[in-house]
Amino acid sequence: MTHLTTDVLVIGAGGAGMYAAIAAARDGAAVLLLDKSQVGRGGATIMAQMTVAVALGEQEADSVQLHFQDTLSAGRGLCDEALAHLLCDNGPARIREMESWGTRWAREDGHIKQEMAPGHSVKRCCYVDFLNTGPAVAATLRRKVGECAAIRRVSNLAAVEILCADGRAIGALALSLADGQWVSIGAKAVILAAGGLTKLYARNSASANMGGEAYAMALWAGAELVDMEFVQFFPIGHLAPRLVGMDPIMWDPFRYKLGGKLLNGQFEEFIDRYGSSDFGKYNATRDVAAYAILKEVEAGRGTPHGGAYLDFRHIPEAELRGAFGPVIDRLAENGIDLAKTAVEVSPIAHYHMGGIRVNSNMETRVTGLFAAGEAVGGANGANRLSGNAITEAFVFGERAGASAALRIKQQAAPWNDTVATAALERLQGCCFNNSPGALTPISVQAELQKLMWESAGPFRTGEKLSVAAQRIAAMERQLPGLRIGNAGGFNLDMQDWFELRAMLITAAAIVKSALARNESRGAHQREDFPAPDDGLLKNQVVELKNDQLLSRWIAPARLQA
Amino acid sequence: MAMAPANKTATLHIRRGAPGAAIRYDDFQVPYEEGMSVLDALRWIREHLDSSLAIRYSCVNANACKTCMALVNGEVEYTCTAKLSPDRTIVEPLPKRPLIRDLVTDVIGDDEKL
Ligand SMILES: Cc1cc2nc3c(=O)[nH]c(=O)nc-3n(C[C@H](O)[C@H](O)[C@H](O)COP(=O)(O)OP(=O)(O)OC[C@H]3O[C@@H](n4cnc5c(N)ncnc54)[C@H](O)[C@@H]3O)c2cc1C
Ligand code: FES
Repeated sequence: MTHLTTDVLVIGAGGAGMYAAIAAARDGAAVLLLDKSQVGRGGATIMAQMTVAVALGEQEADSVQLHFQDTLSAGRGLCDEALAHLLCDNGPARIREMESWGTRWAREDGHIKQEMAPGHSVKRCCYVDFLNTGPAVAATLRRKVGECAAIRRVSNLAAVEILCADGRAIGALALSLADGQWVSIGAKAVILAAGGLTKLYARNSASANMGGEAYAMALWAGAELVDMEFVQFFPIGHLAPRLVGMDPIMWDPFRYKLGGKLLNGQFEEFIDRYGSSDFGKYNATRDVAAYAILKEVEAGRGTPHGGAYLDFRHIPEAELRGAFGPVIDRLAENGIDLAKTAVEVSPIAHYHMGGIRVNSNMETRVTGLFAAGEAVGGANGANRLSGNAITEAFVFGERAGASAALRIKQQAAPWNDTVATAALERLQGCCFNNSPGALTPISVQAELQKLMWESAGPFRTGEKLSVAAQRIAAMERQLPGLRIGNAGGFNLDMQDWFELRAMLITAAAIVKSALARNESRGAHQREDFPAPDDGLLKNQVVELKNDQLLSRWIAPARLQA
Repeated sequence: MAMAPANKTATLHIRRGAPGAAIRYDDFQVPYEEGMSVLDALRWIREHLDSSLAIRYSCVNANACKTCMALVNGEVEYTCTAKLSPDRTIVEPLPKRPLIRDLVTDVIGDDEKL
């Protein structure tokens, strides 16, 4: 087995992981930065097209305190205030640092341009033209990482488990995709920056690498998760016709601006059937729109792909062109002409508020194990403001890198070969079935995505969640019988299998938490408990004990006044 | 993303195999829907027909990661933006890169390797 040694191991090279690597190297650590896909390309960061929320006060007066208040309001009382404050407080420094490293934030009249976005009380959201925020920041960080001699990068290396000895993280086991070889990595500190989990849902905006492996690795290592029931579903994500090169959540601002009509499969307006009205302006709130769309589909009145139509045909073409600008051309490249056709939309899984539980140094309860980015839970509580996620990735990444560099100076974790060998034997012992008729990991992944969408999606019931918990347990029992062909290099079956194993325990953590929260709050909506319950103004913590997921309630972390 | 029930099928003619092995082309039939990408078809094949097909991609819809290139009907293309032909589409690995297997070539820079 190949063995690598480093001071700080960073797992996942998106915005958070690359920032963490740069900060740890700046503070004197040798860093190994790995990604199962390719450095800077595999996750959500490079896909983000919209904006970054940060209290720069360049467009109009703003303050960290105001951004913090807006973040807490969106979080419906459940934010970890220390983390939320850190996000808002350090945001400006990170955005300016990114500019000094070459990110060209859109400017006007000599200042960074900031726009309004829902939930923000002032114009706070900066961006890179044109729809280029994610690719631009990813390129900046990739270049910066490349310039740091202390950072070693490895692409196509998937972390599978964190190695721990005596309650401390000492490294990880990883699978090299090109040749199927196992690699052990000895590290004095480990940072989990492997991103979110929206790939667990059939309808999502995810990349191929967002199956929630960070959460699973944290649980197996003995760390805790928090707020796992709070998955953010975007109400009108793109469904059909096929659209490539545009963020699937792009429609919302245009619907508000222009008044896009929502119609069911029979081209009828339906919002007023669900206790709300479009008031002739076609701007029903997001939660009503999401609920109404899914109910129409359930009643058999969905569109061909199982959503609703979003229709702009009543709007004059010149007005469409004015509002959509160059987006019209990107739509045309996909054969979509809004003056002639309505598009199909549906709620889609977009972001995860919950995640790995850390203190404000980004350290978990396992010494030397840190987390950063979307993988961290708590800062956004029950719902996230748009634009906060990229800021979170940078701020938490920087903090995790700095903390890890400090940790390795304080204590050294000795490498333990016995632990690594035992883990490897256990993983290699995961027996596979190669008989031609056996199910493949990818087909079970698809089944899990469908199950999560139908039973633990935007609207949940206790009954469906209970059934989902049982089905997930059954799928876990299926794991040893799944087929992994002996394909040689780039064996995706093998990668799918280990990903599925992680997806299942992450899904189980969501379902367990959603089942226990008998109320509706923020992104967690229970049809059988449609109102919020002040008795549940608490966070839920999940841990793994003797192979069982356990959950408990804690009081939300408030900032000392 | 879910596909509506389709009654048309498209054919993909895909070059398979690892270095050293004899060149082989496999034909796959997939349900065709207007506007679908070559990558949609390759992913459908992995889920429903042959999960051992090696392909490289990440972002699926965004055309941002730029990792999904292959030869589509003889032209270098991103498989996620290349439209699938309703009839027959030939997909082969990039010709100027060392082959790993099937449609996957070695595009990782030396400074990002093990
Ligand atoms: C389409 C889309 C648009 C968005 N738009 C916006 C926006 O406009 N503004 C905003 O603020 N937020 C937006 N978000 C959210 C935001 O982009 C993410 O929350 C943020 O980029 C997460 O950064 P990250 O570094 O934590 O994770 P990611 O960028 O997802 O990076 C995680 C990395 O970990 C790797 N990885 C995963 N598992 C493993 C493993 N086992 N071993 C090794 N590597 C692994 C992945 O390949 C990936 O490269 C958007 C998200 C999406 C999906
Ligand atoms: S899959 Fe990302 S560019 Fe094609």
